[in-house]
Amino acid sequence: MKPTFGIVTFPGSNCDYDAYYAVKKVLDYDAQFIWHKEKSFNGIDAIILPGGFSYGDYLRTGAIAKFSPIMEYVIDFAEKGGIILGICNGFQILLESGLLPGTMQVNESLKFVCKDIYLKVENKDTPFTNKIESDTIKIPIKHGEGNYYADVKTVTELEKNGQIVFRYASKNGKVSNQFNPNGSISNIAGIMNNRKNIMGLMPHPENACDPVLRKTDGQLIFKSIAQSLFN
Amino acid sequence: MFKATVIIKRRPKILDPQGKAAEQGAKLLGFNNVSGTRIGKFIEFNIDTNDEKAAEKEVKEYSEKLLSNPIMEDFEYSLEKVK
Repeated sequence: MKPTFGIVTFPGSNCDYDAYYAVKKVLDYDAQFIWHKEKSFNGIDAIILPGGFSYGDYLRTGAIAKFSPIMEYVIDFAEKGGIILGICNGFQILLESGLLPGTMQVNESLKFVCKDIYLKVENKDTPFTNKIESDTIKIPIKHGEGNYYADVKTVTELEKNGQIVFRYASKNGKVSNQFNPNGSISNIAGIMNNRKNIMGLMPHPENACDPVLRKTDGQLIFKSIAQSLFN
Repeated sequence: MFKATVIIKRRPKILDPQGKAAEQGAKLLGFNNVSGTRIGKFIEFNIDTNDEKAAEKEVKEYSEKLLSNPIMEDFEYSLEKVK
């Protein structure tokens, strides 16, 4: 069976087509766009909040998108256990909505960073990582505000519950400051909620799917979601 | 009607890269006595009511729910009666 991904487009989203291309054209799943003003969606198995600059990043990244009409239905979908993947700006929206804990700050370097990085897969027993076998995966980041912050108590809690899914690392999985591209606390690149149905990550798996790019590790995240939906 | 002024500041412990960058510029300009530069937000708007309590409630909620991020920012506000 093919899963159907619903990709929410906010004004200022710019990775929605990339996500569509990855799941529909590369992976041959079904996909449909959901405009942020919609007040319902049907037949969707998993939601993607894509990357971009929703509402021009005004006020704070993701701060205004959280009040888009569709978000009420996205939250309802999440409460019923629906799978939600927030990528980059989508992650920032999940944080602002309170669906995931913490917040994002400007990169420590003050620079926009665009490059391939390695992620250590900290938890493979999730709907987002169950198809990953290796210890690290390579996917690109492209952001100016990906410096994840949460207080020590929250980070300890995330750690304890296995909610830290990805950390910035070396190719061999060494986690250290040297491999932290943005200053994120504890090298955090991706986290999920305790119920394991909502994940946010700064790197862009949809940009590492098409074999023509000579990097396909991003596929594993979408394949994991498909696997979890039909098993 | 009231005119509300809200100032949003990052908590002292939270890194402020913009403040840091501005301060580097200050040093280049020769402002050697400058330290502790922090950049926040200044927001003003009108509240169309004559009830000060209602105005206060609205400015607080607006600041808490949208204008500031309670995880890393604090806000202060003032209200001024106009008209």
